[in-house]
Amino acid sequence: MDSVSIVAAASIIAAAICMCIGAIGPALGQGRAVHSALSSIAQQPDERNSLTRTLFVGLAMIESIAIYCFVISMILVFANPFWGYIIKRAGG
Amino acid sequence: MEIVPINQISPDQVIFFQWGWIVINATLVYTWLVMALIVIGSVLITRNISPGRTISRWQNALEIILSSVRFEIRQISKDGADSYFSFIGTLFLFILFSNILTVIPGYVAPTSALSTTSALAVLVFFAVPLFGITKQGLIEYIKEYFRPNFIFFPFHVMGEFSRTLALAVRLFGNLMSHEKVIAILLAVTPLFFPVVMQALGLIIGLIQAYIFAILAMVYIASASQAHEEAGHNENNSK
Repeated sequence: MDSVSIVAAASIIAAAICMCIGAIGPALGQGRAVHSALSSIAQQPDERNSLTRTLFVGLAMIESIAIYCFVISMILVFANPFWGYIIKRAGG
Repeated sequence: MEIVPINQISPDQVIFFQWGWIVINATLVYTWLVMALIVIGSVLITRNISPGRTISRWQNALEIILSSVRFEIRQISKDGADSYFSFIGTLFLFILFSNILTVIPGYVAPTSALSTTSALAVLVFFAVPLFGITKQGLIEYIKEYFRPNFIFFPFHVMGEFSRTLALAVRLFGNLMSHEKVIAILLAVTPLFFPVVMQALGLIIGLIQAYIFAILAMVYIASASQAHEEAGHNENNSK
């Protein structure tokens, strides 16, 4: 296997692993956050506005970790920084 | 109509016009389109507003948007909501319009380019100390960085930078992933599912605009009134 296909295979596998492991933690965290927010709203429906706002801000914070993983996988698949180096090495 | 090819992740790479070092890419064009739409629309609507009982439909829509934005800001900042209103409201309206216009074919959201979202996040990065210093003075603002003691200074500085990065990457990641998912679905199942994803994209765009504005407001509010709250807590504990 030449170096170009090693880099391609490693990038794709790394992107898949990064996405799947990186989605587990935020999914669990968001589930817990929504769970406790829903039970709080059920207990105190008058506080719905501030609870919903805090929930959204917290969800955005949690979600950003999954978004980091997604951006890294996207960079690995679409804009891999090692491609230019490897292709230059292989061509020259 | 496909503006950004599926193997590129940013509309920065789509170049419409190039003359010397002046490069007009898709991000610039659509940013100016959104800005022109907002400005011209607002001018046209507010040209003949009336304070009376019967108002036009457009004036009603605009009043609903503005009053709800102002209500949300007042909920967070408690005092002096009108001084933040122009900044936060502009951020919200720009991101909202550039997100929800993606239902129009041939349009690429400028917020799906990292350059646009970084520019917006840098605006927030500079607005936080600006509002903080005008609200509580330079000395008090700098003292915030050394609270509770001086060991926390590097962590405060790191927090400023990392939350700016998070603001930019969050908006970019959401919008870019949405466009990529639609492009992939169009290639796989072109009949029905892209429409559902577009409808979901309306909600995503609205929520992301809301989150960006709310987070900017929370950062600004924490910089401009953190000292008062800390004082309250100390008084309460005594």
